[in-house]
Amino acid sequence: MSTKVGVVTFPGTNCEQDVAWAVKVLGGEAQLLWHADPTVGQSDAVVLAGGFAHGDYLRTGAIARFSPVMDAVAGFARAGGPVVGICNGFQILCEAGLLAGALQKNAGLKFRCQTVELRVETTTTVLTRKAEPGQILRIPINHFEGNFVCDEPTLKGLQENDQVVLRYVDNPNGSLDDIAGICSEGRNVVGLMPHPERAAEAILGSADGAVLLRSLL
Amino acid sequence: MSAYEARIEVGHRPGILDPQGGVIERALPALGYGNVSHVRVGKSIRLVVEAADEASARAEVEEMCRKLLANPVIEDYTIELLETV
Repeated sequence: MSTKVGVVTFPGTNCEQDVAWAVKVLGGEAQLLWHADPTVGQSDAVVLAGGFAHGDYLRTGAIARFSPVMDAVAGFARAGGPVVGICNGFQILCEAGLLAGALQKNAGLKFRCQTVELRVETTTTVLTRKAEPGQILRIPINHFEGNFVCDEPTLKGLQENDQVVLRYVDNPNGSLDDIAGICSEGRNVVGLMPHPERAAEAILGSADGAVLLRSLL
Repeated sequence: MSAYEARIEVGHRPGILDPQGGVIERALPALGYGNVSHVRVGKSIRLVVEAADEASARAEVEEMCRKLLANPVIEDYTIELLETV
């Protein structure tokens, strides 16, 4: 039986079809979840797709975290269910307190839309369990607010607990400690700025994101 | 019940990079203002809240800041309250 991936869609989300497509291509089953849904349905895994949820008014993810589906996502995460936030989804997970830190404007105040190299720092998470430690992945980023920040004790905690999942080889946005993705203490909630769904097939220029999404299936 | 106008300023916490402040700080000397430093860019939010007294109005606005208006990971806030007539 194939894994059912629930793809959370807020008003303003714009990558949900790309994620759903990539999941199907990789052998999973995708179902879209609307932000007003009170549950995550029969999902085996949940992905918060990228975009501009609720217009990103006030701060990225600030309004989205109050959507009804987020209570269900938090419950699913607490029960150990795999939850992945991509780009805007990462920002929402931070605002919701499911991941540490916050994402603020890129250090150079430039919107970054380019393929970057990422290093897999840990393979004991729901998103990297099929990757190799130290593996370099070429995956696109597409964001204005991907500059990860947190206070010193939080950073130390992330480093000591092996919660830094992906690092940029060449930091494009000023992100603290070159962080491109982190996980929760339980390792079942992962947030990352790069878009693995945009690098899931060779025709897209890179299929390096496939190993990440396949880890969810 | 009285109505209070809250003037809320949300800014970066000390030590958090403020890229917009940095750009402005580098732009001002180009106009001849070489004597400027510590530029920080924040947000100003205004709202009117009805409450029994100033203390409860302040407590409620504090709560709004903590829950929504500011992100405590990266932002600080200050609240100024004015009783409206």
